[in-house]
Amino acid sequence: MTITRRPFETDAAAEELAFVGKSPARIDGLEKVSGAARYVDDFDFGPDLLFAEIVESPHAHALIKRIDTAKAEAVPGVVKVVTGADFPFGFGLYMKDRYVFAQHRVRFVGEQVAAVVARDEGAAKRAAKLVEVEYEVLKPVFDPVFAATDDAPLLHPDLADYPHVPWFFPHEGTNIAHWRKTRKGDVEEGFAEADLVLEDTYEVPRYAHCAIEPHVVVSLYDRAGRLTMWSASQSPYTQRHVIAEALAPLGLTHQQIRVITPYVGGGFGGKAGVSMEIMGAALATAVQGHPVKLRFSREQEFYNTYQRQGLKARIKVGVKSDGTILAVEHTMHWDAGAYVEYGANVVNAAGLSASGPYRVPNIKIDALCVYTNLPPGGPYRGFGYSEFNFGLESHMDRIARRLGMDPVAFRRKNAIVEGDTLAYGEKMNPSGLLECIDKVAAAIDWGTKETSDDRHKVVGKGFALMWKAPAMPPNASSSSFLKFNEDGSINVTVSGMELGQGYLTVMAQIVAEVLSVPPEKIRIETPDTDRNPYEWQTVASHVTWGCGQAVEAAAIEAREKIFEVVHRVHGFEEDSLFLRNEAVHCATDPDFELPLRDFVIAGLETDDGSYRGGPIVGSGMFMPEFTSARSDPETSQGGHPNVHYTVGAAGVVLEIDRQTGKMHIRKTALAVDAGKAINPDLVIGQIVGGLVQGLATVLYEDMRWGEDGRLLNPTFTDYKIPTSLDIPEEIVAIIVEVPQPDGPFGARGVGEHTMIPAAPMIANAVEDALGIRITSMPVTAEKVALSLWEGEA
Amino acid sequence: MKLPITMTVNGETWPLDVEPNDVLLDVIRTRVGAKGAKIGCERGDCGTCTVLFDGRSIRSCLMLAVEADGHEIITVEGIPENGVLSNLQDLFISHNSFQCGFCAPGIVLGAHELLRDNPNPSRHDVQHALAGNLCRCTGYEPIIDAVLAAAEEARS
Ligand code: FES
Ligand code: FES
Repeated sequence: MTITRRPFETDAAAEELAFVGKSPARIDGLEKVSGAARYVDDFDFGPDLLFAEIVESPHAHALIKRIDTAKAEAVPGVVKVVTGADFPFGFGLYMKDRYVFAQHRVRFVGEQVAAVVARDEGAAKRAAKLVEVEYEVLKPVFDPVFAATDDAPLLHPDLADYPHVPWFFPHEGTNIAHWRKTRKGDVEEGFAEADLVLEDTYEVPRYAHCAIEPHVVVSLYDRAGRLTMWSASQSPYTQRHVIAEALAPLGLTHQQIRVITPYVGGGFGGKAGVSMEIMGAALATAVQGHPVKLRFSREQEFYNTYQRQGLKARIKVGVKSDGTILAVEHTMHWDAGAYVEYGANVVNAAGLSASGPYRVPNIKIDALCVYTNLPPGGPYRGFGYSEFNFGLESHMDRIARRLGMDPVAFRRKNAIVEGDTLAYGEKMNPSGLLECIDKVAAAIDWGTKETSDDRHKVVGKGFALMWKAPAMPPNASSSSFLKFNEDGSINVTVSGMELGQGYLTVMAQIVAEVLSVPPEKIRIETPDTDRNPYEWQTVASHVTWGCGQAVEAAAIEAREKIFEVVHRVHGFEEDSLFLRNEAVHCATDPDFELPLRDFVIAGLETDDGSYRGGPIVGSGMFMPEFTSARSDPETSQGGHPNVHYTVGAAGVVLEIDRQTGKMHIRKTALAVDAGKAINPDLVIGQIVGGLVQGLATVLYEDMRWGEDGRLLNPTFTDYKIPTSLDIPEEIVAIIVEVPQPDGPFGARGVGEHTMIPAAPMIANAVEDALGIRITSMPVTAEKVALSLWEGEA
Repeated sequence: MKLPITMTVNGETWPLDVEPNDVLLDVIRTRVGAKGAKIGCERGDCGTCTVLFDGRSIRSCLMLAVEADGHEIITVEGIPENGVLSNLQDLFISHNSFQCGFCAPGIVLGAHELLRDNPNPSRHDVQHALAGNLCRCTGYEPIIDAVLAAAEEARS
């Protein structure tokens, strides 16, 4: 059987879509509002469940001299105490620079040194405090710019030995774990021809994901030697793979590991890859036959899971007096933390794209992934783009103002369009960036000054663009199985995760469109690596686009099987058959109507009483076969690292109290080019949720560190995330649809993008209102007020 | 030393022996099995552990199980009547109010309490009532819209 993928154009043109482009309610809504939805911590594991507690380093950088577990082992209820000596295994997603438990050296405050497994949580906690660890304290380094110099203490003397993906370039003997260089044209020539060159630095601190569900994993290494893990994760298959690689010395193989991921209470990148779960896997092998639960406290959630990396960026932009951008030079020192096995790819993504959604003839980007003695950096919604976009979009605004140009007109003039050459030499995909710009400008009445009745308050408007491509290995793939049930309903297995974005519903709509079965009759099952087919990870805003293609292919395969059996029994040509309202119809015989439920399991009876057909199933797979990470390490030219970019624009009307700096968002608008919004209401959900998350990073969220490298605010009391009182007065969500030619029904991802423009648009609105420029995030009321006072003094 | 207590959870009577320092949230989850109450922070910041305690929303992570002796607890599982979801729950579904859903049980209870006490809430009243229930996914808008829609339907 051959699978023919009909191109998007014919889909759209041929007929009205019945389910795609509509906004049915989420298929997981009932489970979630009724309390039926089960998250990992909600499963019961019986009386032999054990609890783990980890022993953490109090030092940011130290050598481990001695560990004494005797006192901990003596605590009643303690079953096992393990240390790094028990699991001397490295692991990592893109670079194997991390250990299950610290080996000889600790590199951040909170790093796991040992763990206790006990019959109850209290015993585990008490015993963990009794594990004695003797350290030789070393000099830590926290500043990424200094850490990249030869004077800094060296954190990973073994850097040259770490296995890594071929697109990383570690610098042996330094703290530079990866250096992505992108060169296009000649920036020096560009600056020489420019009428205006502006150069400045921008700082972005670290941020916490703050998914409301903490990380939790329950692992059972059963008496037959199989390891089953129930994991709050975005990445069941990647977990299985990374854990199989790391624990191979214990005899574990992919086949012997099963990862089950039920609903997850938010991810935002924080539950991607493998972090604390590797400890759960290792501990299970130490207490064979007992399930063991490792659940992070809210504090641990802050300091020992991935954090969004800090960034110090130097940006230099040259323009002609008519506003044409000639050159962009962007040098980024990323505070990547103690281990960069995932974070180095964030740096890599930024290093390919930090010239932003602009047509720029001359580009020089240096993205340095620098080890520091802070917790491991990693993926966070936006994957590097939120971080660099603060500086870049602040800078573009300033350039426009210096030229005396309207900042929106400046952006419009330079906005990248389809066919423009990207920084790494490939061509830009179809894009509705100009439409996004115009719609946002209209939504916030750009160009019209607003005032306040309160004489202490001023109002400014800010604008910013955004773009982002999925950062994926060139062979990141997806697959799907589909089966019909007796009643004509459908079950689909995939291994993407429903993080809240609405993935399950969108997959159901895609199947619905192909097979004419309404989404409420389609069950998309959460992953179990024993049963559901492969998916790389639910990250990169790629599952609608990538897994959507696998699911569409599975549905098409099932449809072709349906048509084939109908052809065999009824004689109609297959290409005359089509599906409508859960039945097979025929273009050449309008009276023919065969309900799916009549035969998708039972088959079709023939004249002699025998049957044809059988249970209808389908399978689909997808890999972006046109991508390649191979390029010149000095220029990044020659490969095809990104599948496509999603673009958009956002604007804000910001009211500021001159006395206190307090800011109030009167209105904010965001437009994103979704290609095709398979479920517009869910896209709007991403716009609103992402914008609010992005606004929090600029207005008040901020990780504060002590001089010893300890996180000072690891609670929701001290690290404020938005409450229902902290939202903008009005949010305008705008969906633009310029189809992505290879996307399912033209769709591309939007999940991360919506938080990317939030930070610079606020900084730009502050300048518009007050004439002051804040170049470090967050742009708090305190900073605004202090800058005003300084200006007046 | 175990202490005997009796509490009502979702209309069922639960006689239990608990330790003096057992936290109500843990007892509700692991002894009674009402998993709607969730663990989000264990220090009163997030509201995922919200339950109705004699009809008032409280954070069950901040209460000891012994304090519930003789009291009535309602979790999200106890909101439907005769197996039928409340209109508020239906509207949360049709408004796509939740994404990951982890905050949903607490918010269902908080909003239920609000509508019971104030059938005519303003948008700000809703925001105020839910300010102790953190949601990282939605930006709150679709939650607030559903609560206001529920109030309006109840009035008409
Ligand atoms: S768990 Fe009770 S308020 Fe967070
Ligand atoms: S829906 Fe995810 S925390 Fe509210």
